[in-house]
Amino acid sequence: MAVKRRTIRAVAVNGAAAALTGVVLLPLVWMVTVSFMPRGASSHAPPPFWPERWSWENYYELLVRRAIDGAWFDYRIVPALINSLGIAALATLLGLILTVPAGYAFAKLRFTGRERLLKLLIAALVVPGQVAMLPLFLMFKELGLVNSYAGVILPGLAGVFAVLFVRQAVLAIPDEMLDAARIDGAGEGRIFVSIVLPLIAPITVTLALFIFLGSWNDFLWPLIILSDQTRYTLPVAVAAIMREHAADGELMMAASVVTTLPVLLIFLPLQRFYIGGLLGGSVKG
Amino acid sequence: MTRQERAAWVFAGPVLAAIAAMLVLPVALALVLGLTDYSIYALADGGNLRFVGLDNFAELFRTPLFWRALANTALFALLGVPMAIGASLFAALLLNDAAVRWKPVWRVALFAPYVTSVVATAIVWRFLLNTRFGIINHALGMVGIPPVDWLGDPRASIPAILLFVTWKIFGYNMIVFTAALSAVPGELMEAARLDGASRWGRFRHVTLPAIGPTLLLAAVMSVAGFLQLFAEPYVMTMGGPAQSTVTVLYFMFDEGFRWWNLGQASATALILFVLILGVTAIQTRVGRRYQWL
Repeated sequence: MAVKRRTIRAVAVNGAAAALTGVVLLPLVWMVTVSFMPRGASSHAPPPFWPERWSWENYYELLVRRAIDGAWFDYRIVPALINSLGIAALATLLGLILTVPAGYAFAKLRFTGRERLLKLLIAALVVPGQVAMLPLFLMFKELGLVNSYAGVILPGLAGVFAVLFVRQAVLAIPDEMLDAARIDGAGEGRIFVSIVLPLIAPITVTLALFIFLGSWNDFLWPLIILSDQTRYTLPVAVAAIMREHAADGELMMAASVVTTLPVLLIFLPLQRFYIGGLLGGSVKG
Repeated sequence: MTRQERAAWVFAGPVLAAIAAMLVLPVALALVLGLTDYSIYALADGGNLRFVGLDNFAELFRTPLFWRALANTALFALLGVPMAIGASLFAALLLNDAAVRWKPVWRVALFAPYVTSVVATAIVWRFLLNTRFGIINHALGMVGIPPVDWLGDPRASIPAILLFVTWKIFGYNMIVFTAALSAVPGELMEAARLDGASRWGRFRHVTLPAIGPTLLLAAVMSVAGFLQLFAEPYVMTMGGPAQSTVTVLYFMFDEGFRWWNLGQASATALILFVLILGVTAIQTRVGRRYQWL
């Protein structure tokens, strides 16, 4: 009897987990199936879940027609896709170059003012980025950076969180290891490159993912700083297309797939880094 | 300067310079900007700029839409935080059950919405929430509830956006809670079970105190997140219907980059900042009282 009750419970909780997952994934699955429906096919009651006829026409319009014969379309996806990829890749690369050595320095190198700067960095975490946006816009206007890729990327390089995140990971490296290298005559740069970097490689992957996805999904700042449609990032371009084509559900779903898919393709294989990073790096105590 | 000290500045200097230029300086300037009448005229010619002291704040407090934005944002946070945290905790407790198999699979799937673009998924949800052809009204129809005009009815627009936001973000706290739950002392749980504590009693007296600090941290971060809502109303409703989804940030964006009242917008941003700080301080105090911090 007891065994049977346990089995029923196991079936129930597994069923609940599967059902919850199904409901949560439904919007994403529907986004994909509707994107393959011919124009207007989804505007039916009851809403169709599966295309009667699979069609590439929405993707064709977004990715091909708007690119080759786009003169009379306002917003294009292909340049936005390229912009987003380039901006996110560059933001990630520069972000890592700036923050990883700094995180190491704050964890293991002694310098005057370290503790005070560290306190300031932690305090800076609570400042919402939006407070800085209006003055940044005016500063960038003076510098001629409005509507430039540099203007999109630069504010993201102030990686307060990233520095603290790397520091947290480097603290786990035993001092003896670094001191031994110093006694053997290794310079600080050499120690960083040959000892520290290999040890924190997983954290660096995690941080790269955080920065890449953050840049890819960012919306408010690119919306503010970019005015030229050919420089739009994907979210800005998709929001603009939305304003023109609110009624074309299938086309909008295809645009959403183009925006979401690259992110999921990067996230899924690397998810254990990302999810692990949420816990390892979270500011605890 | 020692060799180590020199190396440290080479390593940390560049990012500290970036932080000073892109964060510290602009925030300091925001304080100044909030005290000026920086508008399209000043944007064209700096000579038109005037120092107006606290006029921007006085003006804001006289603006009905600002109060509306504040009230909407408060409502979003008040309803959204319990909703999102409740969903996270429920999912984490479910996945914490020893009988559940393939945990990593469910975990990754439930987390997936968190990494997607707000704009792209807001568009998907606009579609799901469509009054006539949306899947949500269809599902409600099957249990006999008449169609809801989710994004067109001012009474339904906030719940509609909250539904979307909860779907998008609950995976984050779920992961955090999962980690906290795995640290709940097993012996204590077993002892409570032997003492005949009910499932609810065990949750209330063993699980909850153990995950208290995590719960508080999640609440602090969620409140800050909900107070910064922008893309969702921008894409889904453009602040409508009847201004029911104009948030503080939406107001700031409109004021700053549609009407180019940058002084006014900066004052708005500062008020938002103070609000976030205030709520965080209150939460920290409550946490101290219950010895969660």
